[in-house]
Amino acid sequence: MNDVVLSNIEKTVLSDYKYGFVTNIRADEAPMGLNEDIVRFISAKKNEPQWMLEWRLKAFRQWLKMEEPVWANVKFPPINYQDIIYYSAPKQRPSLNSVDDIDPELKRTFDKLGISLDEQKRISGVAVDVVVDSVSIATTFKEQLSKLGIIFCSISEAIQKHPDLVKKYMGSVVPATDNYFAALNSAVFSDGSFCFIPKGVRSPMELSTYFRINAENTGQFERTLIVAEEGSYVSYLEGCTAPMRDENQLHAAVVELVAHEKAEIKYSTVQNWYPGDKEGKGGIYNFVTKRGICLGDHSKISWTQVETGSAITWKYPSVILKGNHSIGEFYSVAVTNNHQQADTGTKMTHIGKNTKSRIVSKGISAGVSNNSYRGLVHINKNASNSRNFSQCDSLLLGDKCGAHTFPYIEVKNNSSIVEHEATTSKIGEDQVFYCNQRGIDTETAVALIINGFAKEVMNQLPMEFAVEAQKLLAISLEGSVG
Amino acid sequence: MNTLTYFQEQFNQLQRTDAADGLIAIRKTASDAFNKLGIPTTRNEEWKYTRIGGLFNKEYQFDINPAITSKELDDFRLPAHAQANEIVFVNGLFSSTLSTIRSSDLIVLNLEDAAKNEYRDIVTKNLGHSVHYANDGINALNTAFAHGGVFVQVKKGKSLANPIYIYHVSNARSGNSFSQPRGLIHVDENAGVQIVETFVTLGEQESFTNQILEIVVQKDARVEYYKIQNDKSTASQVSTTHIRQVEKSFTHSVVISLDGNIIRNNLNVVFDADHCESHLYGLYCLQNNTHVDNHTVVDNAKPSCFSNELYKGVVGDNATGIFNGKIFVRKDAQKTNAYQSNKNILISETASVNAKPQLEIFADDVKCSHGCTVGSLDEEAQFYLVSRGLSKQSARALLLQAFAMDILENIKPEPIRKYVEQLISERLEIDVL
Amino acid sequence: MLKIENLHAGIEGKKILKGINLEIKAGEVHVIMGPNGSGKSTLASVLAGRENYEVTEGSVEYMGKELLDMSPEDRAREGVFLAFQYPVEIPGLSTTNFMKTAVNEIRKYHGQEPLDAVAFLRMMKEKMALVNIDQSLLSRPLNEGFSGGEKKRNEIFQMAMLQPKLAIMDETDSGLDIDAIRIVSDSVNKLHNKDNAVLLVTHYQRLLDYIIPDFVHVMYNGRIVKSGPKELALELEEKGYDFIKNEIDVAEEA
Repeated sequence: MNDVVLSNIEKTVLSDYKYGFVTNIRADEAPMGLNEDIVRFISAKKNEPQWMLEWRLKAFRQWLKMEEPVWANVKFPPINYQDIIYYSAPKQRPSLNSVDDIDPELKRTFDKLGISLDEQKRISGVAVDVVVDSVSIATTFKEQLSKLGIIFCSISEAIQKHPDLVKKYMGSVVPATDNYFAALNSAVFSDGSFCFIPKGVRSPMELSTYFRINAENTGQFERTLIVAEEGSYVSYLEGCTAPMRDENQLHAAVVELVAHEKAEIKYSTVQNWYPGDKEGKGGIYNFVTKRGICLGDHSKISWTQVETGSAITWKYPSVILKGNHSIGEFYSVAVTNNHQQADTGTKMTHIGKNTKSRIVSKGISAGVSNNSYRGLVHINKNASNSRNFSQCDSLLLGDKCGAHTFPYIEVKNNSSIVEHEATTSKIGEDQVFYCNQRGIDTETAVALIINGFAKEVMNQLPMEFAVEAQKLLAISLEGSVG
Repeated sequence: MNTLTYFQEQFNQLQRTDAADGLIAIRKTASDAFNKLGIPTTRNEEWKYTRIGGLFNKEYQFDINPAITSKELDDFRLPAHAQANEIVFVNGLFSSTLSTIRSSDLIVLNLEDAAKNEYRDIVTKNLGHSVHYANDGINALNTAFAHGGVFVQVKKGKSLANPIYIYHVSNARSGNSFSQPRGLIHVDENAGVQIVETFVTLGEQESFTNQILEIVVQKDARVEYYKIQNDKSTASQVSTTHIRQVEKSFTHSVVISLDGNIIRNNLNVVFDADHCESHLYGLYCLQNNTHVDNHTVVDNAKPSCFSNELYKGVVGDNATGIFNGKIFVRKDAQKTNAYQSNKNILISETASVNAKPQLEIFADDVKCSHGCTVGSLDEEAQFYLVSRGLSKQSARALLLQAFAMDILENIKPEPIRKYVEQLISERLEIDVL
Repeated sequence: MLKIENLHAGIEGKKILKGINLEIKAGEVHVIMGPNGSGKSTLASVLAGRENYEVTEGSVEYMGKELLDMSPEDRAREGVFLAFQYPVEIPGLSTTNFMKTAVNEIRKYHGQEPLDAVAFLRMMKEKMALVNIDQSLLSRPLNEGFSGGEKKRNEIFQMAMLQPKLAIMDETDSGLDIDAIRIVSDSVNKLHNKDNAVLLVTHYQRLLDYIIPDFVHVMYNGRIVKSGPKELALELEEKGYDFIKNEIDVAEEA
């Protein structure tokens, strides 16, 4: 009898990727492969100043000496880094003045994604930067933001127009040679978003970036840098999708956040890169380095992520709590289905006194997938009166998937308190039957239970995203939500 | 002579002199593994927080025949030893002359002898099973030199009235001592036994003990296992206890670590049958520069097993406490109930604790949870006691003692429990004065 | 409304129900009593369609259809309600949200438009007053951290919301103090009318001080061994179940 209920649950979790279309836009690409010339090619394409090229080359040379990390709980065939196109720009070229100038084909892409730029502009008041393959396509609301002194543009534009800020902060949180994938990104990053909130300004709207990999055989290496000056606030959202392709595509992004005294940065991600098909063919390798530093006292950085896509996810949004009384938060829902593998979590490094961090991680595994939480809480010797609370829950659907928890707790200060709790459970037959008995079918019951399970994290998302994220959860795990 | 070169020569000689016995193949495999894996470094995830490379850079005296009398051991015997079966290892080798076997239901043999006679099957089938849980050279090193070990069989249906005390004596009087004791205990069907293991270093030089004890638990058998580490600050240990419950059975363990230099404990509990149960407790109460790394594995290889694990640490001075607890739930191990908890109190500015409680779950119908806390002594509770007239010191001592009590009350043999309680209260008072 | 004929059922090969016959008409209240392990709760579970029970023989006709052929959710949609002996906890899901989903799924099944938020809230307010339950309870995650009494009242609230034709109440009185029993019974009496029926499963007579049954059935060893008017319950209370047991065992030996 067990089998019957389980297979019902399993049936409801089998669903297809809804964002797997390919947009027919002509792309301007670099030749395949990676060497110093490619790095120079990318830099030249973007008209970069000499210092930027040198920074890239330094990272590239370092990358050559590094080895791909193997400690994550994921398995994949070796990546041939010479088989990847490191630069692909949609041909219709930039310097767009308004959203209306965007290639109509591309606009339809965003309509399919459920992000109509026009609509965004009109209704929701969210400023959007759009990055397709490697290049920033459009940034909305620039004008309104610039009146407040907020800079929100592509990183390429920032390199041209705000070189001092870029020079000062880029690589200050994630050094170019921090790890294998960060070094690769530093060498070949093609675009991304840059955001600067001046002293005392609260961004009046959510800032948002949509990433999409479109071209074949391309890797996407975007770079995001957000700097919040003293007393400022910004909420930033990113969303990602990619077409269905048989081969694996590499996405190695770097995100750096800098929060000065009393500043707050809230960074939310809904990641829905193509996860591969039911047999595990294709899908994005999502190897991302995200790190923020609470530089000033009383600053706060909060990461929220809903991860439903990618064949492999390798991602640990982290916070360095340097300022006294600073706060770091990490809220995550990671869903894996079919052959997906996720090794994700966070790192909270407490350096300042009276620093606080909170980790809430919810992993949902279905199919034959593997879902791992890996998190480090480090309390430095001088970080007196620091606090951490971690809660990691796993929910299993079906008996062929795996859930793994690897918390690392390092405490070198005796006035600090670190607490970690974790549970693993499955969707209980009795829960499903209880819902059935109230007239709710199994599929809907599973959706209700999952949304309940993930609620604590979903509540952290800005309204505009919460609905979409909830939909995504449902789509990843079920046919539809009733 | 370099320690590693010495190993190679010793190994060749050992294999030549004892070529006929049933251990030769096991040793050869282990030796190859050691040559491949080497001494673990902190790059190995399982050794992230413990460096033992330094222990291999010292000069050791490989004294295989030290003259130690029974009388010399009297100072170190555990309480109620007059009623116990005492098994003594000296410098890693089982000494039948120093050992005393009081129970007729207990068979105690040289491991080599057991590997040749009627116990050959048991030995060859079970010896070295722990290698599946240690992806490192240190386990292999012991196995490569498995000789002079002990084989113990608790007879079917017999519950031993007298516990087994195992002493690992290192003679470090004239030089540093390195020893590798090896033991295999087979607890037969429906038998019951209490085992207490401890470490003793004689002399002022350093000792390093790389020890493996494997316990095989048969149907309906009950095993209590206690390890007490209260040796000198010059004594280091890598101490592996591998408990394999091959049929439905019950085990209970308490590991107490108080003193030493670098201590690494590996405690594995493997459920190789349905409905096994195990309780694992540990207390590390540390001072000075002592470094204690407790690695535990509970492997739910079969369904419907139950495990409950509680490890606690009180870490002071410059000491370091590490807890790495892993719970595996294998694919078919449905209806597993596995709980794990690790609680630590840091009582000095310079102490540190690293904890890594891990769950790896491949079955869906399971109830598993783990929790971990690291903090200082509860100030609110301290204040409560002080407000009732206690001095700050005695309030602290009382609270720490209460903290430790959860573990101590699980030491079932009364003389041993009293002894450990005494050690702990001495420790806590010394600490707070 | 409900006609059970020669129902045999069990779990994991173990036979529990060994030929149950029972007919319930609209407007009636039936009580099934019996010692622990007699199969009372199994009968309730089988009627609601709990999947780990296996029906080996017999039939259950409900409103002219074969109940045993229906999925658990369709039984619920057709008006069979089981008040659980041990209501299930679902973390993160509020009772309100749970009920909104259930009500609208049932409406959909009957070809009705879903209730909008306003209409739903109006209905909820009305039923809350009827069963005397507090709003704060309904905003909390479903049954999570509820006391025994709170869980049972939540069951009755759900019953009020879903307006079943046949309400099966599995040991609803167990674990309740006398005040809670009174509140629960009052609600049940308010909800009962000539068009619906109630099947109470209980071990004790005390619930029957508040809910007056039309028929009392005594279950023992998987069968209904005795049926009678409400006075039978009093007799049972007085003499205890042993008297029935002895009677039956003697009869079977003969």
